[in-house]
Amino acid sequence: MSLYVDIEKTLGKFTLRVQFQGEDEILGILGASGCGKSMTLKCIAGIVRPDRGEIRLDGRTLFSSADKVNLPPQKRRVGYLFQNYALFPNMTVKENIAAGVADKSRRKEMVAAQVKSLYLDGLENKYPSQLSGGQQQRVALARILASSPEILMLDEPFSALDSYLRWQVEQELSETLKRYPKTTLFVSHSREEIYRICHSVCVMDAGKSQPKIPVKALFEAPSTLSASILSGCKNYSRIEPAGDHRVRAIDWGAEISCAAAPEAHHRYLGIRAHYFITENVEDGIPCDITKIVDDVFETIVVLRPIHTPADAQFPRIIVELPKERAAGFAAGDRIEITASPANVMLLE
Amino acid sequence: MDRLFERLHDMFNLDYLDLWPLYISLKVAVVATLFTFFIGLFAARKVVKMKRLSPVFDGIFTLPMVLPPTVVGFFLLLIFGKNSTIGSFLSRIDLSPVFTWYGAVIAASVVSFPLMYRTARGAMEQMDQNLVYAARTLGIGETKIFWRIIMPSCWPGIASGTVLTFARAMGEFGATTMIAGNIPKQTQTLALAVYSAMQGGNRQKVYYWVVTILLISFAALFFMNHLTSPKRTQKRRERRERRSRA
Repeated sequence: MSLYVDIEKTLGKFTLRVQFQGEDEILGILGASGCGKSMTLKCIAGIVRPDRGEIRLDGRTLFSSADKVNLPPQKRRVGYLFQNYALFPNMTVKENIAAGVADKSRRKEMVAAQVKSLYLDGLENKYPSQLSGGQQQRVALARILASSPEILMLDEPFSALDSYLRWQVEQELSETLKRYPKTTLFVSHSREEIYRICHSVCVMDAGKSQPKIPVKALFEAPSTLSASILSGCKNYSRIEPAGDHRVRAIDWGAEISCAAAPEAHHRYLGIRAHYFITENVEDGIPCDITKIVDDVFETIVVLRPIHTPADAQFPRIIVELPKERAAGFAAGDRIEITASPANVMLLE
Repeated sequence: MDRLFERLHDMFNLDYLDLWPLYISLKVAVVATLFTFFIGLFAARKVVKMKRLSPVFDGIFTLPMVLPPTVVGFFLLLIFGKNSTIGSFLSRIDLSPVFTWYGAVIAASVVSFPLMYRTARGAMEQMDQNLVYAARTLGIGETKIFWRIIMPSCWPGIASGTVLTFARAMGEFGATTMIAGNIPKQTQTLALAVYSAMQGGNRQKVYYWVVTILLISFAALFFMNHLTSPKRTQKRRERRERRSRA
């Protein structure tokens, strides 16, 4: 069971160029809003026709510009969970689920099985508008699974839910996904969701996909600046080599040690906001505190390195500290910060 | 059917009421609405699906609404008149619509068509396209998608389009006189009867027909509001739910 996608699509000024392969796994597609994630799913589902390329699913060609193949969505056997779930408002839960079962003789049995496995008992005769967000999602999922698709595609499945509901629904969904034996594509802009749910991830940036990597690798050692930004790292600087295991952070006007040896393709460094050290610092980066923001569980300190050049691309450092450690700081103070070499990521 | 009406008319001795224009109007409007309903839906669906040519077809389909009805009537005479290919063919098989009640149906259909087409198209464009996409990925065929998903979702728009079409067909005057004429007991509809009565100086008859038209128009509008009210959908659903539980 595998999915192979290699497509191109131009829409005005925007160009989508996606290439990836999925194999019986939960593959995350991570990207900012408007980077072409949904468009990619629509191309796979056959709702949007790519300009060029090929889409194959389990050896079946769904689309191929070279062979002039473009299967209608009805024949692709693709399960697509829409952001708003797209439940048919004029049908009951039962009818919604039955809508995707082509084989009339098995309709009842398939519906009953999905109702049971997605805990929809007692809701069969309700209409979608009478259900909560989480229930609606389960109905949409039941409807998709009843149509026995060869692949599941989930488009931002939690974006329509209130934040307090999300956790619960995410747990339920992740249980269902574990039971699904085939490939699942999980599209999201949230790195946390991807990290918790997916096995591997493909980062998309402005319509281009980057090579697929295991989820853990993205967060522990992102290799590019855009992947690192999506993984949640907030602080960057352009760099130039400054000796063995040492780089000069151009935007911060200071040198810093790093665990990895800098190579020619490394153009940036990244340090996560909670990895900075502010106590007993020697030979660190001198900064002025420009702002202190009190957050729910920690304090966010916004700094401006004092040697920052005028043309700096990243003239700001954000440090997250436990509340008690930031207690003595005030805007206008000058402090020195650094990070342990192991926490300095070198990026392309 | 005309004979049935005539017999009933005579049986109850309704001559003093002179119901012919009302009967013709209803007959013409009902038949015209039936045609316009299906053709308008079909046209709306096609134009929504079209990419490049949609403004052209949209223009053509909306034209009867912006043209003076007499101009529409003129075009209909050009198409169906005895000198045209279609017209001469139809008169050879004795179906020429000129000066007949189905001529009035053609006129009413063409003039009211844009109302059906535009309201249906608006409703189809406003509906959540994801519903259609989801249906397709679930393997549901296009015909079933249209009747089971698009139609119910667009129902309020389509229903009000239908009622507007009916109302417009009832009130059609200009194009009807051009192609069907104003023949009592054959093509004289309510609107034409008012005109004739006014011309003949028969004030009483004018009031009689005007009040009838007002009543029918109001009834149509009430019916439209009733059909499209969310309360009604709610009630229907509750009934269904109770039934399925029992």
